[in-house]
This record gives sequence, structure tokens and C-alpha cells, in this order.
Amino acid sequence: MSDAASLTLSAHNLSRRFGQREVIHDVSLELRRGEVLGLLGHNGAGKSTTLQMLTGALLPHAGQIKICGFDLALQPLQAKARIGFLPETPPLYREMQVDSYLKFAARLHRVPRTQITEALAETKRRCGLQGNDKKIIGTLSKGYQQRVGIAQALIHQPDVIILDEPTVGLDPAQIRDIRALIRELGDAHSVILSTHLLGEVESICDRVEIMHHGRLIYGDSSARMQQYGHQPGFIVTLLAAPELAELQAIAGVQQVEPLSATQFRILHTPDTDPGTVLLALAAQHGWQAKQLVPLQARLEDVFVQITENQ
Amino acid sequence: MIFTIAHKEFRSLFATPSTWLIMGALQFIFAWFFLARLDAFLQVQTQLAQLANAPGATQAVAAPLFGSIALVMMMLVPVFTMRLIAEERRNQTLTLLMTAPVSSMHIVLGKYLGLLLFLLLIIADCALMVLVLAAGTQLDIGLLLSNALGLLLLTASYAALGLYISSLTAQPVVAAITALATLFGLWLVEISAVDSDNAWRALAPTGHFQSFNAGLLNSADLVYFVLFSAAFLLLTIRRVHNNRIYG
Repeated sequence: MSDAASLTLSAHNLSRRFGQREVIHDVSLELRRGEVLGLLGHNGAGKSTTLQMLTGALLPHAGQIKICGFDLALQPLQAKARIGFLPETPPLYREMQVDSYLKFAARLHRVPRTQITEALAETKRRCGLQGNDKKIIGTLSKGYQQRVGIAQALIHQPDVIILDEPTVGLDPAQIRDIRALIRELGDAHSVILSTHLLGEVESICDRVEIMHHGRLIYGDSSARMQQYGHQPGFIVTLLAAPELAELQAIAGVQQVEPLSATQFRILHTPDTDPGTVLLALAAQHGWQAKQLVPLQARLEDVFVQITENQ
Repeated sequence: MIFTIAHKEFRSLFATPSTWLIMGALQFIFAWFFLARLDAFLQVQTQLAQLANAPGATQAVAAPLFGSIALVMMMLVPVFTMRLIAEERRNQTLTLLMTAPVSSMHIVLGKYLGLLLFLLLIIADCALMVLVLAAGTQLDIGLLLSNALGLLLLTASYAALGLYISSLTAQPVVAAITALATLFGLWLVEISAVDSDNAWRALAPTGHFQSFNAGLLNSADLVYFVLFSAAFLLLTIRRVHNNRIYG
């Protein structure tokens, strides 16, 4: 029961054609409260189309979408009131002032008139927009426009927040701020964000779905994704290095590759832990172990590996 | 919800400098027409006074003024309707409306009412200008009101047509030119129909304005304007809804 209650978004078997070309095949997604889902994919994989369907901007040719139990096709007003959407291009009226734009967005999403001032102040605080009340949106920098776009998606406290490439075109400091904000949002709401930046997934998403040619080809927690097809290992620095054969002899070690006179990359079998053994040996023989860094599969590699497997 | 959108449209109009510029220029042109008419009337007033049942100031100044304003509106309304949907589509702001909990009908009617309110303002300006005559002479209020109502209905139907054309494209300029060409075509149909009972004549909004201009409240004309506007509004709602289907 509680499981069904925490389910904020469920989409089943979505398909979408543009003309004769089918761009989305049979996509199903589920999202729970307090979850941040990253939708990964190459350019043109169908991420934006999927998100547009989830928000009701585009009707799917087949499939069903439910937002907090309301069917998007049958009860669009109730369902849409629970979604906040930031499209790829923020939908900003450039000639409007920040405040009046956000108030308009709030009214449009049926925030009660008495709560608008409060919602406005709270949203601006969250998005770091204080002091920009009367500025014309068109005169703001790209980063601030993006913030206004995000603010627009949050102002009615939606259950599901859908962000299409929220950090594109921002400077590193702004990216950090926005990621922190998304992480914070993920605690109380459900967030879906599409991106082709893998670092973003690594740092903020709980779960990853990879989209390729209009299909979801891989879905798992982002921590597990990093382990995908990955051979465990580490890089060790030994200032007084022994013979390669000595390292090779440690139980579980499969391959030793010298990177320099003092650095070695050691790959081992998944269930063993030759690291501790090696450190003990190093202390015993005076190899002067300096550093032992576990090999982290870079998400890029994993991503390429998964999409190429298809 | 309709009024939220209408209010925003109305406010947006005044946020762009070009609106103020156009309003100023328009007022100048109308004042020019008005004064020229008034001047002509004053020159022939003594001769007119000798006629039995001579036309009064309202008939000689106000009615022709409203006739000219009707023509100017034909060129002006497309300038304002072009942005309504085409520009939102070009700037991709339409997504905000499409994903908000509002129906296509709310979007279309909101935009229509917002623009109508603005056009009403222009018409009220002209009516006020004519009312100045009341200081010097007895005005035929009935004729004035039927003219103002006729002009409002005429611009409302122009706006509905313009809104529909704006919903067809993503280029405001294309929308403006197409709407202008369509309205101009309808006007040509009207003036080229020699026979006043010609069925072609019934097609054009300008023809139906004539009776209002003469002070006649003809229910057939009233129905024509309402049907004309409603038909194009329905088409627009359909087109905006189709936006969700065709992307």
C-alpha cells in the first residue's frame, strides 16, 4: 500500500511516431517519491521526446502515463498540476519581469492566490534569485535565465519535477549550485533529469536509465552502473619496488602492469582483496608503499560499453 | 484561468515599446482624420443648414471617421495578432502553457480576450475623441454607440482570424502577412461586388460593418460577426490541441 502511495509517476509502454518514423519504442518508467532519476543518452536518443510526453506537451501514440494516480490523458488538469517541467529551452517570456513571470507561472499552475507571495519568496530563495525581482528576463545572463526556468518548474511545489538538460550552458559554479538544488529537491519530490553529462548522473542521481535509439536499454542504480562490466583493481605506488613476479604471486592478482618504475596497475579477481595482503607484504619487506588507489570505472566507459553492446 | 492568460497577454503588450509607438502613431492618425473631417464639416455647415433633414455632426464627422478607423484596423490587427501564438512557438514558450494545467480552450480564449481588451482600449480612445464634439453640438449617441459596437465586432472578428493564422505558423512575420492578405482579400471581395445583394458581399466582414456604420443594428450582421469569430476561435483551439499530437 505504502509502495503504491509513494509511486509518483508511472509510464507504461509509451510509443511515439513522427510521421512514419517511430522515435520512441515501448518505454516504461516508474518513479517514487524522494528519487532522482537520470535519463542518459546520446543526442537524438529520444530523451526530450520522452520527457515531453511525460509532461503532456506531446501525446504518445500508445501507452499510459499516470502522475500520482491521475491519468495524464483522462484527467490532464489534475495530473499536470502535479508536474513541474523545465524544457530544453527555458520557456521564458523575455519581456517580462522575473517576479511577474513567476507569479504568472504560479497562477497558471493553480497556486491559491493567498499563497503566491509566500511561494514566490520561497522559490526565489531556493534558486538564488533574490534581488532580481524587477529585472527583465531578457537582460539576465544565461545562468540566471536557467534559474528562472527552474524556479518556474518549482513554484507550485509539484510532486514530479522534470528537468531537460538543466545544466547546459552554465559555468562550473552555477552547475554546482544547480546540482545541489536538484539533490535537495530529490529529498521531498521526485525528479527526472535528462542529460548527456555523465558526471551529473554520478553526483546527483539515485537511479539511471539509459536510452538508445528510442528504447530504454539499461536501468539500475547509479552506483551499480559504475560497476557494470568492470574488472576490480587498483593502482599502487611502491617507492622501493620489488620484482614483478613477487607482486604477481599475491593470491587473486590476475595482471600486473608497470606504469612507471614505482607505479603498478594491478587487476584482481572480483571476490579477493589482494590490496591488504600487498600492504602487509610491503611493510614486511620495506617496499615503501605510498599510495593505493582503487580503480574507478569512469561512467563514460560504462556508458559507451552499454550503448555499444546494443 | 482564462483571465490569468488574458491579463498576462494584456500586460505583455505594454511591456514592448513598439506597442506604445503604434498606439501613439495611431492616435495621431485618427486625430488627423477627425480634424480633417471636422474642418470639412465646418466649411459646408452653412450650406447644410439650409437643407431639410441635414446630416448632423455625428453623421458627417463621426460615422466617416469610424469608417476610416475600420480600414486602419484591418491593417493594424494582424500586427498584434501575429505574436500571439507564432512567437510563443518560435521562442518555445508555448511549452509552458501546454504543460500547465490549462486546456487548449483556456489558452486560446485567454489570448483572444487579452488582445480584445487592448483593441477595446483603442476603440474607446476614438470614441472619446468624438465625444469632444459634445461640447459644441448635440450628438447622436445612438449612432455613435452602434458605430463603436460595429467597430468592436469587426476588430473582434479580425482578431479571431489573425489568431488562427498565428496558430498555423512559427514565424510571426509570416502570420502577419498572411492575415493581412486574407483580410485585404475579403475587403476586395466586398468592394468589387457591384450588386449590393451579391452573396460575395455577405462573405466579407467590412460589408457587415456598413449597417452599423449607418446606425442600423441588424441582427443578421450581429450573428455574422459572432459566427465568424467563433468559427476561427474553434479552429484555433483545434490547432493548438493538434500541437500536442503533431509536436
